[in-house]
Amino acid sequence: MIEFEMPKPIAQQRYMLETVAREMMRSQSRYFDENEHAIPWDYINFMHQAMRATGAGSLAPKERKEKDETKKKDRPPIGYQSLAFMLEMLSWGDVGIYLVTPGGGLGAAAIEASGTAEQKERFLQRFRQEKPSFGAMAMTEPQAGSDTSAIRATAVLDKETNEWILNGEKIFVTTGQKSLEESDGLVVVWATIDPKAGRAGMRSFVVEAGTPGVKVTKLEHKMGIRASDTASIVLENARVPFGNILGSPEVVDSRTTKGFKGAMATFDATRPLVSATGIGVARATLELLKELLEQQGVEIRYGLPRQKLTNIEREVIDMELMLQSSWLLVIKAVWMADNRKPNSLESSMSKVRAGDAVTRITQKALEIMGPLGYTRDLLLEKWFRDAKITDIYEGTGQINRLVVARNILGYRGSELR
Amino acid sequence: MYSFEPTEEQKMLIDSAQRYANADLRPAAHDADEEGNIPNKIIEKGWELGLLQASIPEEYGGFGEYSSVTSVLAAEELAWGDLAGALAVLLPGLYALPILLEGSEEQKHEFLPVVIEAEWKPYTAALLEPSFDFSPQELMTIAKENGDHYSITGDKVYVPFAEQAEGMIVYANLDDITQGFIIPKQIAGLEIGERQELMGINGLPVYKVSFNDVRVPKDHHLGGHSGHSEQKIVDIMRVTMATLAVGMSRAAFEYSRDYAKDRDVFGVKVAQKQAIAFMLAEMATDIEAIRLLTWEAAWKLDTNKEDASKAAYLAISGAMDMAMMVTDRAVQILGGHGYIREHPVELWMRNGRGIATFTGLAMA
Repeated sequence: MIEFEMPKPIAQQRYMLETVAREMMRSQSRYFDENEHAIPWDYINFMHQAMRATGAGSLAPKERKEKDETKKKDRPPIGYQSLAFMLEMLSWGDVGIYLVTPGGGLGAAAIEASGTAEQKERFLQRFRQEKPSFGAMAMTEPQAGSDTSAIRATAVLDKETNEWILNGEKIFVTTGQKSLEESDGLVVVWATIDPKAGRAGMRSFVVEAGTPGVKVTKLEHKMGIRASDTASIVLENARVPFGNILGSPEVVDSRTTKGFKGAMATFDATRPLVSATGIGVARATLELLKELLEQQGVEIRYGLPRQKLTNIEREVIDMELMLQSSWLLVIKAVWMADNRKPNSLESSMSKVRAGDAVTRITQKALEIMGPLGYTRDLLLEKWFRDAKITDIYEGTGQINRLVVARNILGYRGSELR
Repeated sequence: MYSFEPTEEQKMLIDSAQRYANADLRPAAHDADEEGNIPNKIIEKGWELGLLQASIPEEYGGFGEYSSVTSVLAAEELAWGDLAGALAVLLPGLYALPILLEGSEEQKHEFLPVVIEAEWKPYTAALLEPSFDFSPQELMTIAKENGDHYSITGDKVYVPFAEQAEGMIVYANLDDITQGFIIPKQIAGLEIGERQELMGINGLPVYKVSFNDVRVPKDHHLGGHSGHSEQKIVDIMRVTMATLAVGMSRAAFEYSRDYAKDRDVFGVKVAQKQAIAFMLAEMATDIEAIRLLTWEAAWKLDTNKEDASKAAYLAISGAMDMAMMVTDRAVQILGGHGYIREHPVELWMRNGRGIATFTGLAMA
């Protein structure tokens, strides 16, 4: 049955998160924007303890336990949905600060998606310890962005010590510094075990904080999301145990690209969540815009024929419908994930639409507020800078268009490049 | 809970509507538009799907209950076949649903079974007026209370099947509030004007209608003595038009996608060019986005949510732009062929521009 009722547990969670978002994030927005790379420890410690207490916040929801299922048979799973709502609300508070929420992040998501039970236990339990720690994913390289098959980092097996030797340079690692230097965290590093095998040789490796030969070499200075560190990482003969490889260590058949597909499957899960963060920023923007307009005596008259609306009314109405329809795409994508339905198409659709919607909404808000919007007195200009990343990371709008196009056309990568 | 899965019953309804749209509406669409007429046989077959009948409770001659969500799902399929055909099939709803939702008990008993228990007959409604900024909330057609009747005066346009209509609801401004009045077939002062020539939906005959001191008995005031709320009727009209836009846009998207996969260019298929493939990706994304917005609005109407009217308004606002974008691109993807009337995309594009205007031409 088609329904759009927010599940009760989500509504309750949202109510609590709104307070956190307002009191601990929004109030600190300007400070952590202007003091790039300052670390919001108050928020981090608070969230860590709160999530330890409630069990919330793991990027990938817990596997459904067989025993529980008999008990709550008619309660459909809402793990991803609940996460999407959480991320939307925290990003409504401040997306830069949200990005340093402690926990496994994308690193844990990759381990959840393609690790063994033993690996999950070994690597993920650190995130439940007393002290907060972080996880990150290192995929992009200076010469390989969206084209992840061009990755050059290598992993060679040292048969004598049974260790992988990693070499290469990774850039744009979100939370890389916090994962390796500021906590006992980990980074999932993508590298090839057979440079001649192309995508079939691609594997991911768990690199833990403190591994010799791993160094953070640079922190980027960014347009927005400045509370979040974006690190460059150099791996120089970094050795990790054999069991740190996610997926099979063999290149069985150069035509299978299972390792690469592991990364792509992770994206199916994470893309709608990233869309959700952008939507949080856009919602904050739209709410403030409407509040400011109301102070100026501008009322939005919903229901009038388009021909009778003022330009501002039209813009605001379009912003609202873009925001809500993108949000519904996100909800559908995570609902599919919760219900174990393949959601590659919907996941990328949500990213295409949300990427467009949030950049446009934040741009328009500034335009409408004129000389007031452009100043740093208001957060609108910050949200404009913060929102843009939504259309870039976790697959640019263009890469996601490619994914959607291949899906709807039934084309393989070789047929639609 | 959230769920995007129709019920089994809804799936069956979608399926039969789709089969009808595919086998009957779509093949007839071209000639219907050229000749300005949809064969009655085809409309009758669509009526037999029982969409409206299933929305009306047994006591009024039907066999179900009204659900905006269910209606939206079925209507999308009809419009996928042909917009004019869908409007024709849905036409009696324009008369029966306001009576069902806002009519008095006596009115429901008096007016519904005649419509529901018979074969398809044109029962219609007159809402639109000849003004560029026409608004259903500020009508220029005036109703005045006058002793034992209301006197209605004003001009209406885009009244489907007005000439043949067995009955009609006219909406008029009664003390600054929009109110509906049930009009019998023959009544003094009602003048059916000429059939209007439009850019699209030519299969559906629409007329100018003038009311010149038309005297309507008091018990024909929709809702009876105290009248009715106009909002829900407008909301449903908006959601209906939004879902029709989604169905038609989906047709245009699928047609241009299939064409692009078939058409050779520079040694590959034209769909293998990102310039085209990305257009298609955006079309599919926008259709899905507006579909969800429409579903949500319909669900809010069914569950009487406070912001249902706003949701319906946002849905149609998004649908009009989406339909124009998608149908325009469908023509563009076919290039020169898209502009030729042998292909349906130019008809969809002509119809697509109408979505912004057509609210009030259908209720499902």
